[in-house]
Amino acid sequence: MTYDVPVAPGESGEIETSTDTGGEAWPMWEVFVRARRGISHVHIGSLHAPDSETAMQNARDVYTRRGEGVSVWVVPSSEVSSFEPEDAVDYVDANEKIYRHATTYEIPDEVGQM
Amino acid sequence: MTSDAPQGTPVPNLGDRFTFLLAHADDNMVMAQRLGEWISNAPELETDIAFGNTALDHLGVARALYTHAADVEGEGRSEDELAMFRAEREYVNLLIVEQPNGNFADTMARQMLFDAYQLELWADLSQSDDPVLAGISARAQKEAAYHFRNSSGWVIRLGDGTEESHERMQAALDDSWKYTAEMFEGDAAAYRPAWEHVVGDVLYAATLSQPDSSYQRSGGRRGFHSEHLGFLLAEMQWMQRSYPGLEW
Amino acid sequence: MTPEERFDAIIAAEDKIEPTDWMPDGYRKTLIRQIAQHAHSEVIGMQPEGNWISRAPTLHRKAILMAKVQDEAGHGLYLYSAAETLGVRRDELQELLHQGKHKYSSIFNYPTLTWADMGTIGWLVDGAAITNQVMLTRCSYGPYARGMVRICKEESFHQRQGYELLLRLCEGSKEQKAMAQDALNRWWWPSLMMFGPPDVDSTHTEQSMIWKIKRVANDDLRQQFVDMTVPQADYLGLEIPDPELVWNEERGHYDFGEIDWEEFWGVVKGNGPMNRERVAHKVKAWEEGAWVREAATAHAAKKNRAA
Repeated sequence: MTYDVPVAPGESGEIETSTDTGGEAWPMWEVFVRARRGISHVHIGSLHAPDSETAMQNARDVYTRRGEGVSVWVVPSSEVSSFEPEDAVDYVDANEKIYRHATTYEIPDEVGQM
Repeated sequence: MTSDAPQGTPVPNLGDRFTFLLAHADDNMVMAQRLGEWISNAPELETDIAFGNTALDHLGVARALYTHAADVEGEGRSEDELAMFRAEREYVNLLIVEQPNGNFADTMARQMLFDAYQLELWADLSQSDDPVLAGISARAQKEAAYHFRNSSGWVIRLGDGTEESHERMQAALDDSWKYTAEMFEGDAAAYRPAWEHVVGDVLYAATLSQPDSSYQRSGGRRGFHSEHLGFLLAEMQWMQRSYPGLEW
Repeated sequence: MTPEERFDAIIAAEDKIEPTDWMPDGYRKTLIRQIAQHAHSEVIGMQPEGNWISRAPTLHRKAILMAKVQDEAGHGLYLYSAAETLGVRRDELQELLHQGKHKYSSIFNYPTLTWADMGTIGWLVDGAAITNQVMLTRCSYGPYARGMVRICKEESFHQRQGYELLLRLCEGSKEQKAMAQDALNRWWWPSLMMFGPPDVDSTHTEQSMIWKIKRVANDDLRQQFVDMTVPQADYLGLEIPDPELVWNEERGHYDFGEIDWEEFWGVVKGNGPMNRERVAHKVKAWEEGAWVREAATAHAAKKNRAA
């Protein structure tokens, strides 16, 4: 539920998912927020805005509720390049590169902590 | 009015600390009420959220100032008694804030001109000897900076957007300009030069012309309002006046 | 592994499907319908409560109501963002709503006639929504589940402020208490209707359960809601307008009366008290704002050319 809408008897369950809107919508932006110092920015969602200034202000309003000391990045969604799991067919599992793990190397006790 | 005229509503004395606080509380209260009217009516979802946030900021400042004013008055009145049980002739807000929202350009013209004034006002009052007022003003100043960034951004976008938006924005500015002189009456005259400078920059960036200043309206601070305030207060105060003395 | 097998394996493992994963067309379409209509509901839901912002009886209540309605706008926004990951555009979804091809929860087609309605909406409508919300945070589709986590965090105050509002009325004057009882009388049955038709009449329940989009059945949710809400009404000293409502010791649940399914389907089909007004209000805001949006786009283009 939560606001689920039932299909009435006699109605098709099909729902239209696209339509010709004609007009130019505001582009989409991805929002990254760093909640406080010491941690990194996290992708938190997206919104629509005509320019980066509005995108940042909107992001502050919507995603941080005007939290002070919060850092906000906005990036046009079209600028985001991605690498998806299916693409990784030839990518060697990092776990196979055991030579990168410290435990692979034996150091004599006499040498001390390393 | 001659000194023989029968006593009607007393003329507010802004030199009086209580009335001074009320004036700024009323400005923010009326502005919050007006901005709240945009909720669910804005051009986009993000803009709607921005209106709500701005309205909440103004409401927060109004409440803080009403509470402080009540303390200064010392008669045990509450923020609600001050907001809900004073009539039009007792309200001392500026005329500009009570004007109807009109279209988006009208609202942004009003907002930008008022925000620029609030920037100077709060910068000044955050230096007040009254520590409570100074504290409220410091917070309000941060919020006003944010509001101004938003409203001036919109004036520029609309002024330098499409032909249609330019015309609407110029018309909106022309309409609001007659309410600007009132902001700088009395001691507030000191804020005018900075305000003119800041507003001038916005108009330039927006490719808008500064309207003719010759016709100016005044009176809000003395309780002489436009016809709009009565309707605004009727709606705002209706519950309290219909059911006085109850808890909500 | 075929894409179908991979999809099924992810679902079986209680893992999340992400936007670029292969998914059955039916899964994608069902999600778009559900998320979009959820988003539309949040946005339309701003209207019945927005109706009382200018008349809130105290400054405190005005602030609470403004904040709540802004939260709802934000929730709509998060949900539209989730829907957009499925390859639809937000403005397209809004246009479909404006054309009447998309629906929203019927509860918002009822008018808010008194201040007490603000309390009842928070208590019952948000209460009903919350019954389902936690379950949706475990939905199989990642962006929707994550949106729901954000929403849940912000929802906690919505129901509480509504109930507290009613508590104040019920502890107040005779008129205030009568106002609360009247609001309950009008909102009780529509709230039960929020849970949808009985599962036996619901065409989508089974498939949605298999795909882990829906995690609990309609009837179970409705029962859960009634069981939770009756004691809350008792505490307020209000009477639920159902003569058949009675505790069933054997079942360990409340028995309750039959919903008027004619009214239910009537409102779903568009004949509720405010179906037309709610959409018209939304369309008006959108159309009157067109020149603003266009101006912002034009200005941004000018800036980009100058850069």
